[in-house]
This record gives sequence, C-alpha cells and structure tokens, in this order.
Amino acid sequence: MICVVDYGCGNLFSINRALDVLNIDHIVSDDPETVAKSGRILFPGVGTFGEAMALIRGRGLLDALQEVADKGGQIVGICLGAQLLMSRGFEYGEHDGLDLIPGEVHRLPEPAGPTGTRIPNIGWRKVDAKPGYGDLNVLRAAPYFYFVHSYGVRCTDPADVKGTINVNGAEVPAIIGKGNLWGFQFHPEKSGRVGLQLLDQTLNRRHKT
Amino acid sequence: MAEVRVTARLDIKGENVIKGIHLEGLRIVGKPGDLAQKYYEDGVDELLYMDVVASLYERNSILPIVNQAAHKIFVPMTVGGGIRTLDDVKAVLRSGADKVAINTAAVNRPEFLSEVARIFGNQCVVLSVEAINRGPGEWEVMVDNGREKTGRNVLDWITEAEERGIGEILITSVDNEGTQKGFDLELVSAVAARATVPLIACGGAGDPEHVVQLLRSTRVGAVACASIFHYGKCGVPDLKHRLLDDGIEVRP
Repeated sequence: MICVVDYGCGNLFSINRALDVLNIDHIVSDDPETVAKSGRILFPGVGTFGEAMALIRGRGLLDALQEVADKGGQIVGICLGAQLLMSRGFEYGEHDGLDLIPGEVHRLPEPAGPTGTRIPNIGWRKVDAKPGYGDLNVLRAAPYFYFVHSYGVRCTDPADVKGTINVNGAEVPAIIGKGNLWGFQFHPEKSGRVGLQLLDQTLNRRHKT
Repeated sequence: MAEVRVTARLDIKGENVIKGIHLEGLRIVGKPGDLAQKYYEDGVDELLYMDVVASLYERNSILPIVNQAAHKIFVPMTVGGGIRTLDDVKAVLRSGADKVAINTAAVNRPEFLSEVARIFGNQCVVLSVEAINRGPGEWEVMVDNGREKTGRNVLDWITEAEERGIGEILITSVDNEGTQKGFDLELVSAVAARATVPLIACGGAGDPEHVVQLLRSTRVGAVACASIFHYGKCGVPDLKHRLLDDGIEVRP
C-alpha cells in the first residue's frame, strides 16, 4: 500500500489516476500517524518551497516523514516534492527543507541569449540517465519527460544525482536518489506511457540495504 | 535549443470539438474524447482545451470533458474559456488539468492573474492573448474569442501580465486562425522579443511547412495545431518527423 501525502499543495488527480491505471494500491492522507506507518510514500507537490514546508509543518508531517526515512521506508518526491527532500530551498527567501538528501534548491539559470531555455522550464526534456538508477535501459530507450519548474536541486553528493537535463548550460538534476529516497523533478504522471512505466518500476522496487 | 512542444488545440462547443475561421463560423470536427485519445496515442506533447462559448454565455461546460480525458490521458492539459474566478481555476485543476488559460477575465481585471499565480503557482497561469493586426507592428488584444475589442496593445499587455506572474503565453493570431495559410510570424516574433516566459504560438498552421517556418524564424516553446490535425492533413507523428528532419528538437 502506497500513501500519497496530501498536504494541500497541488493537484493529486493525475497522480491518483496514474496509480489506478497501474493497479497500485494507494491511499491519500494528511494524517501524520498514517503517513508514519506507511512504508512507501508518494510525495507530490506544486507551489512554492516555503509555503509547502509551512503546510507540512502545520499538519505535523515533518516527524512522520522523518520516521519513514529513518525506518528505511521508500519516499518518492515529485516536482516540488523532490525539491523538499533537500536540506534548504532559496525560493522567496531561505527555507529549511526536509533535509533527507543533502543539498539545496536554487533558481534555474536564465537564458543567456535568444536561443536559451526560458524560465519556467516547461516542456518535454531529454533526461541523461546516470548509473545508479536501476532502470537505465528503459530510461535510455525513451528518455523524454515533462518538466515544469523554475527551481532545481543541487546535490551535495554527486552520487545522489541519477539523471540530469541541461538548462542554459547547467546540468540540472532530473532524478535524485539516496537509498530508498527518490526524487523526480519532472512529472511522471504527465509523461505518457514512459512516465507511468517509470513510476511503476520505482514504486515496485526497493533499494536493497 | 530546448525541445519544442507540439500541442493539439481542441476548441469545444457543447459536446463537440469545433473549428472556425478567425475564431468564427464554427464547424463540428469530432468528439473531444475521440480526438484527445487519438492525439495522445499519436504522441502529442500537450492538449489545449478552449471552451469557445464560455466567455460569451458565462458558463463552463468543459469540465466533464476534461475530467473524462484526464482519466486516460497522461500528458499535460491546459484549459481556457470562461475562467473568471479562483473557484473556476480550482474546479478546472481538480478536473485533472494542469494549467489554466485566461484571457477575458484578465483583461477585465488584471489583478486576477496575480491572484491565481499566488495561490496556484505561476506555472499554472497561461495568459491567452487573441491578437488582431492594426497596422505595421501593431496588434490589439481581443476578447470573447476574437469578437470584442479592448483597445489594449498586445505587447504592452504582455509586459503588464508578466509583471503579474504568468508562467506562459498562448498567442493566437485572430487574422490567421483557421485560415491554414501559416502563422503570423511578425506577431509571434514581436511577442517573443517582448516576453520573457515561454510562448505557445497558435493560429494558421495548415501544413507542416508552416510549422517549420515558424520554428525556424521564431523562438517559441510550443506550437498549437488544430486544423492540420483535425482535418487529417498531417498526423502528430508525421509532423514530428518533419520537424526532426529539419533539425528542430521535439520529443520523438
């Protein structure tokens, strides 16, 4: 059973539909106890870093998420959810993140000229998969995913970066992973069949510790 | 250069997808469910739903259509037409859409853009601009599906809207829309030069060559096609092949 954390940030419709289509049992909850007891967490999010953290704290979910991570449970963050796994975010000020994966969240570099990528970075981008993600062949066969973001993560440990995209010359992490903690900067639930396949594989496999 | 999105625009009237010329003279081209599913399976990068009568009659009939699509279709969806309140935005997003396209309501009350951006995030606010040419380098903003004048200059309006926190611009040439004679390249270039956020260019795609022309001469994040797909002139895969052959990056 997967628990989709609903902390009031963003649209869960497509996530839920994706899990339905994949026949993955799931519940949606904002209850800290339910979240803490779940071994597998799907952690979506749209909006701004500081506001999302305030909502998480307000619902008492901070300790619950930490507890899942401490027990070696799986947490899969999507978009802002992936960014929140980091130590700190710099969107409208400086904010503490969940600090589950060391690193920071910064604004994407602006385009240097007319051929650069405009921010927000909106569209299907080609993910350059790095070793460490289990499904490298699948990713390399169909590497396009849908992104919509103005901020990106910077991991302290380069080994936590499992896939990147190039935004205006910068290598921006698209997939991050550390043990059973995963983050996708893109929206697998909006990335067609390949996105669903990736979601399925991630949620059905666990890092062997 | 980043990959350009190939989007299909579905103009919705009641239960049908319709297509007009200059956004008028509407003709039924199919059922939204059938067309959306086909385009999704063909590899379209995004779907754009526009309720073409909602602004006029102040009602939203598009929600069940979007909701039904979102049950089976896993690519981004943008919905516009008759979005006037924060509750409208919430209802559209809850139906499974990712972004809202706002035109009339923003022109009537520009603060609406800031309000939507603050609550739902910039990434979900698409400013829809219907532009009509008024002389060299001059375009006027039109509302209610190209029917009503506003007296606003398109480029000035874009600057104002960007200051209010929009994430993207859908620029439709009313002059070229439905004519299948090609995009208004001058308009798109002018908007691309003025705007800093990504653009979706719309209005006039009649064959793949028009799309190639647009993407060679302007910097847009996405191209919106309707007639070219609806009338079976060229499918999504053929268009993408054509673009790739021309060295234009798209998701294959």
